[in-house]
Amino acid sequence: MSIIDQIKDKLSGKITGWQEHSAKRIYFSINPADIREVAGFLFNDLGLRFVIATGQDTPPGLEVLYHFSFDKAGQVITVRTLIEDKKNPQIDSIAPLFKGAEWIEREMWELLGINFTGHPNLTRLLLAEEWPEGKYPLRHNHES
Amino acid sequence: MSHKVVIPIGPYHPLQEEPEFFRLYVEGEKVVDIDIVIGYMHRGIEELSEHKHFDQVAFLVERICGICSSSHPYAFVLAAEDILGGEANIVPERALYIRTIIDELQRIHSHLLWLGLAGHFIGYNTVWMWAWKYREPVLDMFEMICGNRNHYGMSKIGGVRRDIRDEDIPILKKALDDLLPAVDMFRGAVMDDPVIKARLVGCGTLTKEQAIDWCTVGPTARASGINIDVRRDEPYGAYDRVDWNVIVEKNGDVFAKTTVRILELYESISIIRQCLNKMPKGEIDADIKDIPPGEGIGRVEAPRGECFHYVKSDGTNRPVRHKIRAPSYMNVASDKVAAVGGTISDAALTLAAVDPCYCCTERLIVLDKATDKKIMDGWDLIKLSQEKTAKLKKP
Repeated sequence: MSIIDQIKDKLSGKITGWQEHSAKRIYFSINPADIREVAGFLFNDLGLRFVIATGQDTPPGLEVLYHFSFDKAGQVITVRTLIEDKKNPQIDSIAPLFKGAEWIEREMWELLGINFTGHPNLTRLLLAEEWPEGKYPLRHNHES
Repeated sequence: MSHKVVIPIGPYHPLQEEPEFFRLYVEGEKVVDIDIVIGYMHRGIEELSEHKHFDQVAFLVERICGICSSSHPYAFVLAAEDILGGEANIVPERALYIRTIIDELQRIHSHLLWLGLAGHFIGYNTVWMWAWKYREPVLDMFEMICGNRNHYGMSKIGGVRRDIRDEDIPILKKALDDLLPAVDMFRGAVMDDPVIKARLVGCGTLTKEQAIDWCTVGPTARASGINIDVRRDEPYGAYDRVDWNVIVEKNGDVFAKTTVRILELYESISIIRQCLNKMPKGEIDADIKDIPPGEGIGRVEAPRGECFHYVKSDGTNRPVRHKIRAPSYMNVASDKVAAVGGTISDAALTLAAVDPCYCCTERLIVLDKATDKKIMDGWDLIKLSQEKTAKLKKP
């Protein structure tokens, strides 16, 4: 059973959208509430490597893309989540699952203001201590 | 009474090239914990990139790193070409070979640079001098191809900016031939030397499980037995058109990391030679005008590991989001486990490029383990020392 079939089979109830940009670039969407379960399945059960996460401010909400790599087939499998509540954005941290996610969640927390619940050490990574609280450099003003 | 001593290294230090801050918690000689503080070099390039047009971004991201300055623009153009339908479908054949040659020349000069610094930090300055001597002809090759020793300015969405002239090819081949005996020498001087072995084997070990847990990449992962290499796993450029091997070691210590890098030098030389022989004639640029809306991901095996770029386009001439993940982002974080449990002098090696200047006493603070309250600092030590000198001076 290919890795794609396993994902579709195991996560069938969780996947809300599926896009294959090419054979090597697969994107699927899930509900933010399911992220820890999905990331745990991809990392622990399927043995995918966590590459990085991309946070971005889009008009409908804050989008977090979790990029995983299936190195045997050279595929990048991206899990897409959309946090609609921009006032108080929250999502479960995946850092308790594997250490490689610790820094990027700290980075998205300070640059986009996403609160990763359950993160072991949610402190500033890149920004200076003098940087004002509540000001997020990667947030956009979509109204203007 | 048990003392936990904190040794701060950085953020600025005469022998460190870049500012980063390591806080070592030690008990006696043993490192029990380490804090890594980064952010001193944060220039906001992801945000800057959203304000440049696609042609400019390649030059911008080239400035992320002065050592692997072809990897970032290459990963970026691959991401943009991913939106357009993939590198292999749009980029002319000759440009694929030129991209591969630049990528591998960069790996040679970067590995030599690392080898020299590593030699310097363990006090083996002969290796340092040699490495930098033999790195020079590699930089000359760059100058011959792209006019610059660093920051090559070769990457362009749809191709490369400069061709390799036919009359230069014999000169490049000769330079590679001359480099081979030097690499043989390094192999002997480092891998067969009993002193180096005694110093590096078992130092700063990162186990395979830890390497997976911290999601490490590149030589750091390959030295711990993880068989990954983007060049083979998702071939770009001309890597699927030439023969070469992925170097994997098992032990995960500094010696294994050194071995991986030295043996990769042979592979890089072989790849460049094959590319120079096989390179077809023809165009070097597909002349791309617009980037359609969409998302693209580009990955390149930089000398330090997988370099990852994500680009989102809305059809205008600027990216709306450009995410950049350099390999060190994953690898440096793993120092937290690699250095803990070793001694202070091993930590210096494990963290590489970090020089232990522990006698600078005002940088030392002794904390009470239970309360973290300061009980002794540099001035107290100086006072102690003066008292002792005064005592010795008494007849």
